[in-house]
Amino acid sequence: MSDVANGPVLAADGTPLKKRLSQALFRSKLRAFGLVIPLLLLILMAFVAPTIVFLKRGVYNDEFAKVMVNSQPLLAAWDVTSEPSDEMYAALVADLVQAREDKTIGRVATRVNRELSGTRSMFTSTARKAAKMEPPFKDALIDANKKWATTEVWEAMKIANKTWTPAYLANAVDLKYNADGSFERKSEERRIHLKLFVRTMEISVIVTLMGILLGYPVAFLMSSLQARTANLLLILVLLPFWTSLLVRTTAWIALLQGEGVMNDLFVLFGLAEDQNRFSLIYNKTGSLIAMTHILLPFMILPLYSVMKTIPPSYVRAAKSMGASNWTAFWRVYFPQTIPGIGAGGILVFILAISFYITPALVGGESGTMISNFIDFHMRSSLNWSLAAAMGAVLLVIVLFLYWLYDRIVGIDNMKLG
Amino acid sequence: MKLKSLLLGAAATSLAVGATAGEITVVSWGGAYTTSQVEAYHKPWIAETGNSIVSEDYNGGLAEIKSQVEAGNVTWDLVDVELSDAVLGCDEGLLEPIDPSILPAGADGTPATEDFLPGTLHECAVANIVWSTIFAYDSSKMANGPTSIADFFDTAKFPGKRGLRKGPKANLELALAADGVAAADIYDVLSTPEGVDRAFAKLDTIKGDVVWWEAGAQPPQLLADGEVAMTTAYNGRIFNAVASEDKPFSIVWDSQIYDLDLWVIPKGAPNKDLAMEFVAYSTATEQLAAQASYISYGPARKSSAPLVGSFHNKPDLAMGPQMPTAPENFGTAIQNDFEFWADNTDELNERFNAWLAG
Amino acid sequence: MAASESDKDFVVFDRVQKSYDGEQLVVKDLNLNIGKGEFLTMLGPSGSGKTTCLMMLAGFETATHGDILLGGKPINNIPPHKRGIGMVFQNYALFPHMTVGENLSFPLEVRNMSKSVREQKVKDALDMVQMGDFAGRRPAQLSGGQQQRIALARALVFEPQLVLMDEPLGALDKQLREHMQYEIKHLHERLGVTVVYVTHDQSEALTMSDRVAVFEDGRIQQLSSPDDLYERPENAFVAQFIGENNKLFGKVEAITKGVATVKLPMGGVVKAKAVNCEHGQDTTLSIRPERVKLGASKSSNATDAKVLELIYLGDHIRCRMNVHGNEDFVVKVPNAAGHKHLTVGETTTVSWLAEDCRALDA
Repeated sequence: MSDVANGPVLAADGTPLKKRLSQALFRSKLRAFGLVIPLLLLILMAFVAPTIVFLKRGVYNDEFAKVMVNSQPLLAAWDVTSEPSDEMYAALVADLVQAREDKTIGRVATRVNRELSGTRSMFTSTARKAAKMEPPFKDALIDANKKWATTEVWEAMKIANKTWTPAYLANAVDLKYNADGSFERKSEERRIHLKLFVRTMEISVIVTLMGILLGYPVAFLMSSLQARTANLLLILVLLPFWTSLLVRTTAWIALLQGEGVMNDLFVLFGLAEDQNRFSLIYNKTGSLIAMTHILLPFMILPLYSVMKTIPPSYVRAAKSMGASNWTAFWRVYFPQTIPGIGAGGILVFILAISFYITPALVGGESGTMISNFIDFHMRSSLNWSLAAAMGAVLLVIVLFLYWLYDRIVGIDNMKLG
Repeated sequence: MKLKSLLLGAAATSLAVGATAGEITVVSWGGAYTTSQVEAYHKPWIAETGNSIVSEDYNGGLAEIKSQVEAGNVTWDLVDVELSDAVLGCDEGLLEPIDPSILPAGADGTPATEDFLPGTLHECAVANIVWSTIFAYDSSKMANGPTSIADFFDTAKFPGKRGLRKGPKANLELALAADGVAAADIYDVLSTPEGVDRAFAKLDTIKGDVVWWEAGAQPPQLLADGEVAMTTAYNGRIFNAVASEDKPFSIVWDSQIYDLDLWVIPKGAPNKDLAMEFVAYSTATEQLAAQASYISYGPARKSSAPLVGSFHNKPDLAMGPQMPTAPENFGTAIQNDFEFWADNTDELNERFNAWLAG
Repeated sequence: MAASESDKDFVVFDRVQKSYDGEQLVVKDLNLNIGKGEFLTMLGPSGSGKTTCLMMLAGFETATHGDILLGGKPINNIPPHKRGIGMVFQNYALFPHMTVGENLSFPLEVRNMSKSVREQKVKDALDMVQMGDFAGRRPAQLSGGQQQRIALARALVFEPQLVLMDEPLGALDKQLREHMQYEIKHLHERLGVTVVYVTHDQSEALTMSDRVAVFEDGRIQQLSSPDDLYERPENAFVAQFIGENNKLFGKVEAITKGVATVKLPMGGVVKAKAVNCEHGQDTTLSIRPERVKLGASKSSNATDAKVLELIYLGDHIRCRMNVHGNEDFVVKVPNAAGHKHLTVGETTTVSWLAEDCRALDA
């Protein structure tokens, strides 16, 4: 016995027990892993990979550099302060001719136009004339459009020329990235994104709080009822899930609009004058009401499943020890529901932060959220890089809040059921 | 929101057509507009050629074309787009060039290049209609309604909410027109920083009274619900509400901003040749004129105008005066300047959104 | 004398009825007086109404009819938290988000006691249950027995006059349960607090209680001391429910001087102590296995018995026999010198004293 105790413990066949154990466990781990492989592959290919590829667009854009091959090294080397050289003008004309032939001029023009408004037509029209230009190209270009003489255009090209660029991320937080590598705040009348991020947070927080306020009593009621009645209530809570988001949102329009049901009732009961009805929709109020309603089940369900596991004996015990109803609730029952509040809160908050159909339909301008802008840049302005950058900023914010939650409440302290 | 309907060539088997019957996917804006195209273009073409058409709806913009082309998986053969998107898409190489020589001459024999209205043929696109942004009001609620764009901005004289499209486009032009800028000078003024300030300043005067809309179907609804006293809208939508639903809406044509809808073919479309044939067929004089009896958008060909009749199920409702291009409507018309917007969309969008949020 | 009178009637159930659905009574006409300092156990199978009675006393259920008095005052309309009754729950109900110390401190906090007083009392209570070192732990870090002690300490820390215990030992293993029974009993003796204890475990009830109320079908079947309950059951249910019991069914032929002559269906005639039977009526005879002797003896009921099964249990041999047609008649044969060695299948004679055989209700 003593010699075994000194060395590593051995299995019956003489191999170290630790090794045998890890071998045995490895096989069962492998089996377990095999079960998740299909889902893992699906998530990797359909979610993680596209997300990463798309987020890359937020910091990487080669639309300019890929096409303007002659100008690219020259612009990169240009020190911004000196006059653009004749060589740069010549390279520009050569690139414009080629881009016109390849039908890629539009992309280049769009890219530069993002940095300096009004340059799009300058590029496309100059490109049409470029094939016929003759040296000296500087004069020929200025002849075609006198704005070629300004350094602003060249600075914009230098920014666009950078493939790995912080320009979009900067734009997403209302900063302007300059050709010399510095940042400055955008002019007052163009600052919009930070305001929207703040408003998105604000709406999400309010929706989450309203969800807790409205959902807690419902979940509490359900958890204290008999199973049959509770199931009936549960169906009522889940009922909205069976209708499409669009239908539910549209229903709110019918309810909340100026000539809608709610306002008719307010007028009927003398709570509002007929000529002066409440603005309940096409503003922030509309977004808040509709979003709270749509997200409420996501709050109620985790709360309910947590509350159901709290035996009534805790509150009884508290009361038997002399605690009033309120004290028993607040000191004993409520703390035990915090995991449910945490889970429901995070769920609702994260869903709310990315809402866009509902605010688009009922939010008006004051209820617009950052996702509406991401959507706008995806579908209308086609500025996918900016959309990616805004998405990245949103992602960072969400991760930060998640980390904060972990620090304050603890992720382990979250129960979905 | 994508509706798919397969219009099978009902006559395909009865008509002995030499060519093997093909199928193209045609994408347009849905609603009454797509209906007008189906009635005027699709059905006759299917009957004549035996080909079939898959009709899809979309909400405009180049995003889907861009994704399809960039992914190398193009499923659309023909798309109805706005002028700005036609030009942008062409510049970015997302669209196939269309040779105007494939287009048939007008019914009166005029060559296609002369028959089409100026600016309606493009390197990669052929226009089919002229539509316009107008403003409308409910005449049952306003006996002496507004007559000019200045009235739209005059909330003292005409109290009530105003509906405007959420975006700088059209609103800035209308603001300047209401502020007294002549139609011809609008984009010149708007190209200066002072002009932009002036437009926003004018918009400021009604900012508190504005209900913003985004989809074309919203303005008639806003009017019908009494949510707004007057609203900007696409003229076809208002006409449709009047003609088909008997709504008491009136259109004010002053300072209308007209624009084009054009056919484009995405680069690498699977049935490119067939799509070209359909473009030529659908933009012939008769087809364009026929479309005008279903919706109040003006034909892009001059030769179609005399053929425009009455509304398809209302013989006494002449379509001619409902067209944006009708002389009595066209006096103060502003042509949407694609180039201006291509250059300044980003900046003006930012500014507009910041203005809205502020 | 008045004081001792109220001491005797510290808790009073006066014709209490309880129904949950308005159709069935869970508790039917309950009358019960509990004296100050008494350890009373409500014993009964599940669904017999004992827990409902406890909950009515605690204030978590309201009586449908009748009064409950505590210290002479009706408490029907006093909410639970104002009754000042300590309670130990089946699952202990220790608050999982508080430490042991905070759990114990809770009833003192709601009574607005100062911090120093609270700390002293918590320490005393923990010491009382030998858990002094565990104040900083969370309930989840404790074993079942430790949690039980903490629950006990928490119910006692605010010095209530009455402590209710709802099957507090149900979740513990047998050995620990027996150990805790003694601890609770000793605590009760030391503190002199009144305890109302609910259990379905009869040995627990017999071990700990001053008096036991046997519940069945919403009624108290018998209320008496443990030894009376075992040795002098008043009806067939109690006889059967408490301890091991041999039953014989028969008809009372005659009752003379408290001794009933009972005719059994198989033809035998047995003498039994008439407890709860009437002339001419059916009766159930109850004989404890240990009161049955092998072999005949004078002035006792002797009868033939066929041995069906023998189980060796060390200190005694459990012998299942057929007696008067009852095939589950059990006799405990002491494993001692001088006892006859039985074999399965043999027929022998068994006998018992008439006073050990109780004629009860049918």
